[in-house]
Amino acid sequence: METAALVVIAFLALAALAPSVLAPGDPLAIAPLDSFQPPSLAHVFGTDESGRDIYTRVIHGTGASLLIGIAATAIGLGLALVFGLLAGFGPRWLDFGTTRFLEVLFAFPGLLFALLFIVVYGPGVVTSTIAVGLSTAPGYARIIRSRVIQVRTSPYLEAALVLGRGRPSRIARHVLPNVAGSLFVLATLGIGQSIVWASSLSYLGLGAVPPAAEWGAMLSAGRTYIASFWWMTFFPGLFIVLSAAATTLLGRGIQQRGRES
Amino acid sequence: MAGSLSVDLVAGAPRPEHGPGVRADGADTDGAGTNGAGTNGADARRARRGRLIRWALLRLGGVLFVLWAVATVTFFALRLIPGDPAEAILGGPGSQASAEALAEARAEYGLDQPLFTQYVVYLGHLATGDLGTSYALRDSVASVILVNLGPTLLLALVSLVAALVFALGLAVWSTRGGRIAAAVGSLLEIVAAAVPHFWLAISLILLFSTTLGWLPPVSVPGPLGLVLPVLTLAIPLAGFLGQVMREALLDAMESPFVLSARARGEGDAGVFWRHALRHAAIPAIGLVGWAFGSLISGAVVVETIFARQGLGRSLLSAVQGRDVPLVIGVVLVVALAYMLVTTLTDLADRVVDPRLNRVSR
Amino acid sequence: MSALLSVRGLRVRFGETEVVSDVSFDVAAGECVGIVGESGSGKSVTARALLGLAGRQARVTADELRFDETQILDASAARLRSLRGRDIGYVSQGALVALDPLRPVGREISDSLRLHASSTPAQRRARVLELLADVGVPDPELRAGQRPDELSGGLRQRAVIASAIALGPRLIIADEPTTALDSTVQAGILDLLERLRSDGAALVLISHDLAVVSRLASRVLVMHEGRIVESGPSASVLAEPQHPYTRRLIAAVPTDRPRGTRLGPAPTPAVPAGAGAPPHAAPAPAPATPLHRNSGVTPPADLDSADPGRAEALTPEFPRTPVVVAAGLRRSFGARLAVDDVSFTLERGRTLGIVGESGSGKTTVARLVLALDRPDSGDVRLLGEPWSTATERERRPLRPRVGAIYQDALSSFDPRMTVGQIVADALTHGRSQRAGAEVAELLRRVGLDERVMNRRPAKLSGGQQQRVAIARAIAPAPDLIVCDEPVSSLDVSVQAQVLDLLDELQRDLGLSYLFITHDLGVVRHVSDDVLVMRAGRVVERGATERVFGAPQHEYTRALFASAPRIGGDLDLWPLPSVGS
Repeated sequence: METAALVVIAFLALAALAPSVLAPGDPLAIAPLDSFQPPSLAHVFGTDESGRDIYTRVIHGTGASLLIGIAATAIGLGLALVFGLLAGFGPRWLDFGTTRFLEVLFAFPGLLFALLFIVVYGPGVVTSTIAVGLSTAPGYARIIRSRVIQVRTSPYLEAALVLGRGRPSRIARHVLPNVAGSLFVLATLGIGQSIVWASSLSYLGLGAVPPAAEWGAMLSAGRTYIASFWWMTFFPGLFIVLSAAATTLLGRGIQQRGRES
Repeated sequence: MAGSLSVDLVAGAPRPEHGPGVRADGADTDGAGTNGAGTNGADARRARRGRLIRWALLRLGGVLFVLWAVATVTFFALRLIPGDPAEAILGGPGSQASAEALAEARAEYGLDQPLFTQYVVYLGHLATGDLGTSYALRDSVASVILVNLGPTLLLALVSLVAALVFALGLAVWSTRGGRIAAAVGSLLEIVAAAVPHFWLAISLILLFSTTLGWLPPVSVPGPLGLVLPVLTLAIPLAGFLGQVMREALLDAMESPFVLSARARGEGDAGVFWRHALRHAAIPAIGLVGWAFGSLISGAVVVETIFARQGLGRSLLSAVQGRDVPLVIGVVLVVALAYMLVTTLTDLADRVVDPRLNRVSR
Repeated sequence: MSALLSVRGLRVRFGETEVVSDVSFDVAAGECVGIVGESGSGKSVTARALLGLAGRQARVTADELRFDETQILDASAARLRSLRGRDIGYVSQGALVALDPLRPVGREISDSLRLHASSTPAQRRARVLELLADVGVPDPELRAGQRPDELSGGLRQRAVIASAIALGPRLIIADEPTTALDSTVQAGILDLLERLRSDGAALVLISHDLAVVSRLASRVLVMHEGRIVESGPSASVLAEPQHPYTRRLIAAVPTDRPRGTRLGPAPTPAVPAGAGAPPHAAPAPAPATPLHRNSGVTPPADLDSADPGRAEALTPEFPRTPVVVAAGLRRSFGARLAVDDVSFTLERGRTLGIVGESGSGKTTVARLVLALDRPDSGDVRLLGEPWSTATERERRPLRPRVGAIYQDALSSFDPRMTVGQIVADALTHGRSQRAGAEVAELLRRVGLDERVMNRRPAKLSGGQQQRVAIARAIAPAPDLIVCDEPVSSLDVSVQAQVLDLLDELQRDLGLSYLFITHDLGVVRHVSDDVLVMRAGRVVERGATERVFGAPQHEYTRALFASAPRIGGDLDLWPLPSVGS
């Protein structure tokens, strides 16, 4: 199953980096006469309200959409690293304080924090990306913190102390490398999740807007036409599902391998 | 929406450590019975009750603290909006509200007072249940919320139950059925957890409404109108929970106590109902709190697509219209509900897994 | 009298591998048959196959597998279910998960009653209390309502036995029923099993511990790699073993083996596997090169490690300088006093054994000596320098003089590092180029092929992992190694090799060992002096032979009396042949 995931990811990477290879057309080309065409041989995914070919737009939008997912994950993980490391390494009071702080953030389930953020700073691609990143940070932080504590209290850290290694040496040689391993898994799993969340915000009209060839924007545009012209939302959504599933499978696979060794 | 973070990643989150693991030289001297057994039953029970009460009080304190912190965060959220806070209350910067409306807002929120006074006043309002007035709906936030709370809670609860049932079914089927069932099961789980609510909703509408015509595309009063929204919320959640339950189930079925049970003559059914099920349920119960939060946030999308009245839809339109008091009110209420649910699930956790009561928290 | 259980040609395969090959034996009512083997011998799989519970992936075949009138392999699932629990009882190791950790033990026991006999809940409850009292659980009313984690190890095991014998089965299969229990507790469990046997049940007792088996079994089968290599009456098999593997197994048991004798076959590659040298013969010469590094400890001139005739070498003479001096150590954890006024002196080149049951405080003492923990009062001096009273910074230059090896070697290794990296880490120039040759030399010194350098420890066997730990411990040329139960989780033959290695290294390098264990046989074999600890205090101390030969304190006497020994007698440990 992981090979399928890798194939999908390779395909998406290609679409992101060299979209013209997969879709030679122009994603922004308007053809008003062809608007709202259902999927057909000429237009595999149909056309949108301005007659643009949806397949082309989906392919060309891969880069931007993946980038949003990556950016949001980077923001989330970056913040989480700071908090997680502080809590895991710091003195007890710092751990206590940080954990309480995270608990407060946890009281805003799912999208709610993102919505609050957007109310304050307004909708748009940038704010929605930041909002998603901030919403995921507490979850990652908690995981990083427990990983740090797990590593810090493990027998091999004690063995290093017996060997005569000082604290900075122990942290650099043993703790950080072992924590970093889980980070990679978190990142892979997180990208898929961030793409899903960001696209949901766009779907609600709070994220990217047309005419950008970005999946979220396409969803936003297609929102009003769900009943009659379902393909406008269905296909970008399909790609979202594929990316999220593929990255999740990959992350899960890496985690399995890590557990076995 | 259901996160697709893996099992033990999230499960690492709200769960406390389980009891002591197996030690190599695990014995005490016979009969000494340390580990909280106490010298007699009554003593032990009293000690346990005392611990439970202490725990409950601590939790209550924790909940109050978090609520206060959340209120503070939202207070500052309002103040962070660029421009005149009075304008923000009335629909955001550039809302072109009239001068009297602005003056009214200033008076009601005490915006010309020093910040600290405003804060105290704000907290005071919250304590009495006054959440301000919704500019767009011209009604008190509290009453808007009250009207919409019911339908959303109903949706969330039914979806939660449905998700648990699906998850259990999926877990059982994939552990019973051999390797192919296991592979299909885990694939389903991963995909289900990766699907955004809106996409699933659209697909379901396409299938059941447009093509098959069995169900209405929008939410109508009565149970029929509940089906698609519930499915939309339950499926991704079931995917995630199913994975958690499947792993716990597999672990339980291969453990030594199941071997002991079989060696006593217990059959497959007995092993499942008497032993494995309870073990599989433990991680799921721990996740219910988180699941509830995820359902509420999913409700935003689902209620919008299915045009169903509820807190989610109100929240969305409030965000779109920059109706700040309503947004803040909803967020606060949801936070409160979420904390209550989490506390309840922690309690349930301790009932199902009494080992947790031994660890002093 | 025809046998109650009859097994002929039993074979079990998992996929392509055959884990049990051609096993045959009989058991009659009132008889105890012991099956002895190390891990991987197939003994547990055999036990489960007798019940038809070898697992879904197992393919079980046999010429005959008969219990009483029933052919196990032909029986229907329902028939097997009715046999299990009612006619055949299964006792497993009573670890925390042998009984459902979420249910009270009373429920688990009454399950057998519920499944096989119609009865009311009240009747079942009465029977459960009766059973618990019968197996020696005090205060059954209270215990029946408790979960496994609320019981001590001994009580848990008794509860497991109670659930197995609830309906008075005619055959009891006990798989490692006393492992991980303290010796005093172990003795009680064995007494209980013995009583059940004399009441008429047939007993199949499976264990890796020869002494345990010899105490109860009239006949013993020795299993190795899925086959029975030797069988017969226990007395004769244990007194005059025929098969080389049995001989090796018996020779490897350290109990009664004087200090300095080899337990296992010598490690030269010329000796083919299975040919194992007889216990007291001259071993091949140990590699003569002492450790290369300038450790500051010059091996004494009269070291004769290369002489093959010195099979029972006395501990070589080292200058009797103290390496570790502990005085009046005290350590409490909250209300619990873990270590109470412990003092000792350990000199160069000698081994001090600390023996005690769990909870005696011996591990805490180890941690205090390693300065992983600070004593509440008292102090530890290392090589004449303050150790426990110093700051970590002050201690750091001395740290290379102390090494440690643990029971679980694998968890003391960073999971991301290879063997080579782990050992190189302990060398003073770390992982530089020069380290490569030294690492290879260290690995050879502990009997590992240098090709193992690039492998991850998780892929090695338990014995190999412990050797890597030893290599790491000797890398900085220490004066002292603290050994905390280093062989407790190893099979007997592997244990023998590791103990031999430690002995050899001590002679070559002038190492001092602080050896902590609960195993009386091991401590007697390895230590020059011994401390007996109980509840944090030292109850007896002295030269090993004196303490074992004539224990003064009543606790020591009770401890030694409870330890099962090969040959089955429970006499106090005899005086050794001094000067041999």
